[in-house]
Amino acid sequence: MTDVTERIRMLLRDHARLAVDPAGLDPHADLYQAGMTSHASVNLMLAVEDAFDVEFPDEMLTRSSFESIAAIEAAVTHLSTEEAA
Amino acid sequence: MGSLRVGIDLVPVGEVEDSLHTHGDRYLRRIYTPREVEESRRRGDVCPERLAARFAAKEAVMKVLRPSAGEALPWRAIEVRRAPGGWTEVGLSGGAAAAAARQGLGPMSVSLSHAGAYAAAVAVSAGGAS
Repeated sequence: MTDVTERIRMLLRDHARLAVDPAGLDPHADLYQAGMTSHASVNLMLAVEDAFDVEFPDEMLTRSSFESIAAIEAAVTHLSTEEAA
Repeated sequence: MGSLRVGIDLVPVGEVEDSLHTHGDRYLRRIYTPREVEESRRRGDVCPERLAARFAAKEAVMKVLRPSAGEALPWRAIEVRRAPGGWTEVGLSGGAAAAAARQGLGPMSVSLSHAGAYAAAVAVSAGGAS
């Protein structure tokens, strides 16, 4: 488990209002099926941006960008790589 | 005659209050247009109930548009506008307008409401595949 994954789990715990404990979620589990509402995904997005110092551009504001821990980690990695370039 | 599409959404006002408290202007800028923010003010301050109703309207419209999982629909591409008569209308731009046009959807109508801890909205459009 990467540090990024662990940080995302903590952000889910604090912001996503899931019906289950994110500590036990499979990285590919559907977060919307786990109880994340549309507005909770807004809070999660803003919290991820704060935590990782990135900003999701409009073209990445898709349901799939936030559908799982793995998807969020991939998005963060992509944005962090772009900013470093 | 095409079919009707309908979307509905319910938003806890407390979640909007939390967002305002935690993220402030950044939350407002990312989710709402300047017009929506101004029309959500009551005696100068943004009203969480009005913002929550507008967010519910955006989500209701998204349910009518039926974007794929990988299709980007920024929240600001859907704008809720208060008409002079007091009812609300919706304007689409960018990806939202393109999605509506691509699917042959007719004009979009929305209705908003809020009471106590919740805000809700419904959106309807004619046309498009059922």
